[in-house]
Amino acid sequence: MAVLVAADHDNQSLKDNTLKTVTAALALSPDVDVLVAGQGVAGVAAEAAKIAGVRKVLTAESDALGKQIAEAVAGAIVPLMAGYDAVLIPATAAGKNYAPRVAALLDVAPISEIIQVVSPTTFVRPIYAGNALETVESGDPKKVITVRATAFKAAAEGGSAPIEEVDPGPGAPKTRFVSDELVKSDRPELAGAKIVVSGGRAMGSAEEFHRVIEPLADRLGAAVGASRAAVDAGYAPNDYQVGQTGKVVAPQLYIAVGISGAIQHLAGMKDSKVIVAINKDADAPIFQVADYGLVADYKTAVPELMNALAAAGH
Amino acid sequence: MKILVPVKRVIDYNVKARVKSDQTGVDLANVKMSMNPFCEIAVEEAIRQKEKGKADEIVIVSVGPIQAQETIRTALAMGGDRGVLIQTDADPEPLQVAKLLKAVAEAEAPGLILMGKQAIDGDNNAVGQMLSALLGWPQATFASKVEIGDNTVRVTREVDGGLQVLDLDLPAVVTADLRLNEPRYASLPNIMKAKKKTIDIKTADDYGGLSSGHLKVVKVTEPPKRVAGVKVETAAELVSKLKTEAGVL
Repeated sequence: MAVLVAADHDNQSLKDNTLKTVTAALALSPDVDVLVAGQGVAGVAAEAAKIAGVRKVLTAESDALGKQIAEAVAGAIVPLMAGYDAVLIPATAAGKNYAPRVAALLDVAPISEIIQVVSPTTFVRPIYAGNALETVESGDPKKVITVRATAFKAAAEGGSAPIEEVDPGPGAPKTRFVSDELVKSDRPELAGAKIVVSGGRAMGSAEEFHRVIEPLADRLGAAVGASRAAVDAGYAPNDYQVGQTGKVVAPQLYIAVGISGAIQHLAGMKDSKVIVAINKDADAPIFQVADYGLVADYKTAVPELMNALAAAGH
Repeated sequence: MKILVPVKRVIDYNVKARVKSDQTGVDLANVKMSMNPFCEIAVEEAIRQKEKGKADEIVIVSVGPIQAQETIRTALAMGGDRGVLIQTDADPEPLQVAKLLKAVAEAEAPGLILMGKQAIDGDNNAVGQMLSALLGWPQATFASKVEIGDNTVRVTREVDGGLQVLDLDLPAVVTADLRLNEPRYASLPNIMKAKKKTIDIKTADDYGGLSSGHLKVVKVTEPPKRVAGVKVETAAELVSKLKTEAGVL
């Protein structure tokens, strides 16, 4: 059997999620190809060609693919599936958008956010906000799977796969791209950051979130995250949200500031290597998963932490 | 224009799901059930569009057990006009649900389908996209703003790294993200009024039958537990432990 991996990229560079999805794909089959669907993606394709274990890289280019319009991406993938037994797609906002569309057009059941490949037909995925793990077996001849990238190691580099152009498909005639507002940030991307600093509802306002969380993140070279409660209250933008309905992260170090630790938040960060919690409520559930807990008001604890970091050379 | 809003009855948002000891699933006996939170946001958005004069009828549809009537009734109390329940005790997969909803959409001919991006039980995040694909309609998932125009809808979407704005030809499928709106509470008079609104109880056979399932649940297990670590007294102690003990700084 052969497996197709849909690359996660922004037309400029290949995202780490792709390498992790390749690792999941190699657990299904040694014959793994990568599709880079976008616009002006020669550079991305060249990066993908270097992933160890990749047989070949396919590129499909159009304006609609450049904007990752679901109808267009699904339209490019579906005809290719004649030559594959499975397609693995990183479970990013973009991937989650088009993967079920591919599945419906192939009349198969999508398998969402797998965290383990048990066999080429059997997979483990979290359900109920990560409170349960479902082992599910697919009877479909072709599988459409999204992959929770944090559960897999990145594939190594060292390959030199050939690059081949394929038909970009019919595009998205009923959908028009109007604009995008992408946040430009010098901070690392949340999903792939080695350190994440997250703030919760205790911040009380967007200004306070900005004033407290961001300098701490910048001192550590960390990405900024937020609990759903903080996003809900408007203290932080939605793409900061860590949790079952937001982003799932697994950094080396996760620092939760003023976050109580609702189930849905824990689902998004409990696979972090080391978890630090700062909360003035000693009974907050976050302390049940934290490796290091500091029971203190963030208003005093964060400045002290900044000083201690500076004293330690950070 | 008619707006169709599919809703799902799920375990209440605040209840911790417990895995059954025989590993066949999650224990839902005597557990509080509610409308899926993202479905609630979709219902609210449909009502706001009607209040703005952009829609004239809101039809609520659910696929589920007879008790899902209560979920539909909640949506009617918020401001939906009438309901359709496709009663089944099976726990259908997203593809099976999408196929039933396609048949409902063909019978009801809505101008827009507004629904939650994800149900918090199965966490599939799939039915909206699949329904859109089966109907051949355009889709906009993870909506944080919906503006209905003449024969088009402009949707602001939450994407990786920010927002994306798309114009879709109607009819279309739009799925709601968290920040689209804050759902209202139904007032007591509206709850009373909703009791008089119609809910048609149908079966899958009324909509072409339940298609066959493609997935087999082998088992449902508890996730591995993380153990609590230690409490530190000061920020300085924390930094020192992170450096020397944990080695992450």
